[in-house]
Amino acid sequence: MSFQTVIGLEVHAQLKTQSKLFSGTATTYGAKPNSQTSFIDAGLPGVLPVLNEAAVKMAIQFGLAIKARIHDQSIFERKNYFYPDLPKGYQISQFQHPIVSDGQLKIDLGDGQLKTVDILRAHLEEDAGKSLHDISNTHTGIDLNRAGTPLLEIVTTPCLHSSKEVVCYLKSLHQLLLFLNLCDGNMQEGSFRCDVNVSLRPIGQQTLGTRTELKNLNSFKFIEKALAYEVQRHTNLLLDGQPIHQETRLYCPVKNCTEVLRRKENENDYRYFPDPDLLPIAIDQDMVLLLKKTMPALPADIRSSLEKDHLSTEDIDYLLTSPAVIQYFNDVKTHSHAEPKMIVNWLKGVYQAALHEQQLSFEQPPIAATKLATLLNKLQDNVISNHLAKRIFAHLLSKDEDIDFLIKTYGVEPLNDGKDLDAIIKKIIETYKSQADDYRSGKDKLLAFFVGQVMKEMKGKVDPAAVSERLRLMLREL
Amino acid sequence: MDTSSLRSLITGLKNGTFSSTELTTHYLKRIHEASSLNAFITIDESAALLAAAAADKAIKNGSAKTLTGIPIAHKDIFCTNTMPTTCGSKMLADFYAPYEATIVSHLNNEGTVLLGKTNMDEFAMGSSNEHSHFGAVKNPWDRSRVPGGSSGGSAAAVAANLVAFATGSDTGGSVRQPAAFCNLSGLKPTYGLLSRFGMVAYASSLDQAGILAHSADCLALVLNSIAGFDEKDSTSVNKPIPNYETTLTDSIKGLRIGLPPCFFQKEVDENIQKATHDAATFFKEAGATIVELDLKRHALWAPCYYVIACAEASSNLSRYDGIRFGYRSKNAKTLTELITRSRSEGFGMEVKRRILTGTYVLSSGYFDDYYIKAQKVRRLIQNELEQALSTVDVILGPTTPTCAFKIGSTITCPTQRYLADIFTVGANLAGLPALSIPAGLKDGNLPIGIQLMGAHFSEARLLNIANIYQQATQWHQLSPENHRGAS
Repeated sequence: MSFQTVIGLEVHAQLKTQSKLFSGTATTYGAKPNSQTSFIDAGLPGVLPVLNEAAVKMAIQFGLAIKARIHDQSIFERKNYFYPDLPKGYQISQFQHPIVSDGQLKIDLGDGQLKTVDILRAHLEEDAGKSLHDISNTHTGIDLNRAGTPLLEIVTTPCLHSSKEVVCYLKSLHQLLLFLNLCDGNMQEGSFRCDVNVSLRPIGQQTLGTRTELKNLNSFKFIEKALAYEVQRHTNLLLDGQPIHQETRLYCPVKNCTEVLRRKENENDYRYFPDPDLLPIAIDQDMVLLLKKTMPALPADIRSSLEKDHLSTEDIDYLLTSPAVIQYFNDVKTHSHAEPKMIVNWLKGVYQAALHEQQLSFEQPPIAATKLATLLNKLQDNVISNHLAKRIFAHLLSKDEDIDFLIKTYGVEPLNDGKDLDAIIKKIIETYKSQADDYRSGKDKLLAFFVGQVMKEMKGKVDPAAVSERLRLMLREL
Repeated sequence: MDTSSLRSLITGLKNGTFSSTELTTHYLKRIHEASSLNAFITIDESAALLAAAAADKAIKNGSAKTLTGIPIAHKDIFCTNTMPTTCGSKMLADFYAPYEATIVSHLNNEGTVLLGKTNMDEFAMGSSNEHSHFGAVKNPWDRSRVPGGSSGGSAAAVAANLVAFATGSDTGGSVRQPAAFCNLSGLKPTYGLLSRFGMVAYASSLDQAGILAHSADCLALVLNSIAGFDEKDSTSVNKPIPNYETTLTDSIKGLRIGLPPCFFQKEVDENIQKATHDAATFFKEAGATIVELDLKRHALWAPCYYVIACAEASSNLSRYDGIRFGYRSKNAKTLTELITRSRSEGFGMEVKRRILTGTYVLSSGYFDDYYIKAQKVRRLIQNELEQALSTVDVILGPTTPTCAFKIGSTITCPTQRYLADIFTVGANLAGLPALSIPAGLKDGNLPIGIQLMGAHFSEARLLNIANIYQQATQWHQLSPENHRGAS
């Protein structure tokens, strides 16, 4: 018997607000435990939550990006359960009336296969704190810095059928959140977390099988591995005629397996009810329109505009790895008449290597986009060779200086906009008239001879590629 | 020293007849003499005398405000950062809030002198003040009787003239019912008029801070200094606040007063029924029209209230888990034990009863039948009251079905006791302002209160009506002392 895998995903994305969802406390990651904890975050008696408007705006932006319904009224509810790092004994979340519902995200599975993923809902909620089990042998520590951090929980319908689809969706969603500037996307720090609901059913069957929920998946690799394990486990049980229990399971990366965390019958009755400390969120259409106007460009739109620049899918994927990359690319493009392809090659090659070496990113570019634009202009215009451009780039990495000055310093008299080179080429062609005629009649190999002569004349201080290109042109013209 | 009214205190301080320090000393002495009432949980004499000295300085240099130098008390549900905030519970017996309630800040800024924090039913759950970790409070009119609750300590303190006025909180009648039992004027304003920030939550959608004082006039002066929007409370309402003092003596001619016959059932003490009818007659003679009101939903008030209040309480009180603050059991070996034992040992019986009730009505399988149904009923009650208040200016009725009962007399039957709230919970469910004023004595020494309930933000009108009544009657001027002296 063969089965179809059915997967639904719940992503918790930490919103990049300055302060928490219901208090003015900062949300910086990695601060000293409890140093970013207000009386509100700690759930002291008598304090009250006040909603952070920035988080609401972010949820609306996300809703707009996935063409979802944005509800003019949504409600915060309390999810009640006891846990040491849940200070109030309840989490403020949205349950029956989420702020965003019924959206879609188109994903590209490669090989021209496209898929539309249905997003059931996206709602706002506060994060819990953290229990620190490894700071003492006898006690558990509680760090409430994370408590109250705004989360957007994004829930798909059970519409995914393979780990490839899952990872593809997650990468697209991750990219979207990054480009909307809603989430820093850092999976290791828990800014982008994913729970996977998986079930199997015999092919052709309509009703869904019993599902299990996988947690503790903090990398795309783990998600793939956990899913592979879990699908196999389900398959084995089903083929054996054994029941599948509805339960929550944790992925253990060390053992590469999933283990029961809790069974359904042991789950909390969360006793959701509307939080009486908070009014319903009312969203007026003017605000939605304003947010629509100020939306940053979405990855899909950027992609189609890049396609017009005749860039390959690979190049576009590279430029879309983060908003900072495409921003840098665009900045260079604005100030340079170099071919887009040349710019991408430089970013992917020389620049990326330099960033890697210095452990930097395009968010803190060591060489300004305008500077790189100037350099690439010189290259595009054959003023300098590729070799020299790289040397100047290396220099700029350590010290920012004027490019014309650097060209002089590095001992290469500028080619005077190519005129000096042209004069030399002209002289060489005149000297070797018969070889020139042979070349013109089809002996292409003679080009190398001419390049060699010119290089000799120029004492090697010029890029052979530039020389050969110019030679090709002038041999034909003269 | 004329301490008969807040106005006489203000005048005395202003004219230098006595200083705030003298006044504070006077009240502190009375507090000690009346310690058997058990009205206070915390008394801070040295802080009070310092505040009084500062008030005297302000009065001297002309920077005093209306209430500067007036000795007061806060119900121990309001967070103060200079003394503990116990909420009448073992759970918070040692809790010092690192912040103060907005109401407390307002009165501090006004220059009032805080003498201490008053006793209360644990977490404001109760209407007798017998459910306090710090013991029952006695009614100054009859020490064998309860002062009402949950603001029983505040009521006893004001009634016994231990402070000029006191704050209270009113979730289902916890200001008005003790006001009625102790011959005081008690106001529960419109939901959202006073900030809830720093007032320990019982049932958030019903909780509202209030004031216990000797007269409507005093309520107006105090309300002037504490009403207003607070950005720290999302449910507080941002709208202009009138000067409640300026309309106190407006004419009530043409006033339409609704009188629901359903408020006069046989369960209601006939002395109270008579006092309410007498008050209606007074208003009629003063030019008001009495209109019979049919409140079909009245029987649903108390059941609806207890479902919603308990549901919210069960969640609001989840934070008391012994982990970050408050009482922590020493007998726990595991995490689950730590939480359950801390709660089992830290909460009293009535609080546990309401937490369990609330947990039950929110549980899956019961949620629709109880909580959702109660919310629908609440809407019906709101609609009916709002509709009624579009035809009349105020609704008049008894505040309570009985006068102050004997301590211990109802402890075995909680549902019987819950009926003490049958006239007061409506205002909370609908978010309406309501006040209770003295309207007579039963058997010569048991105070009777009548309630006036108005439309949203009609506090000025309610205080005006109450003041007109008090200008013409003497009930509110009776105190346990002068009354005994007179009889």
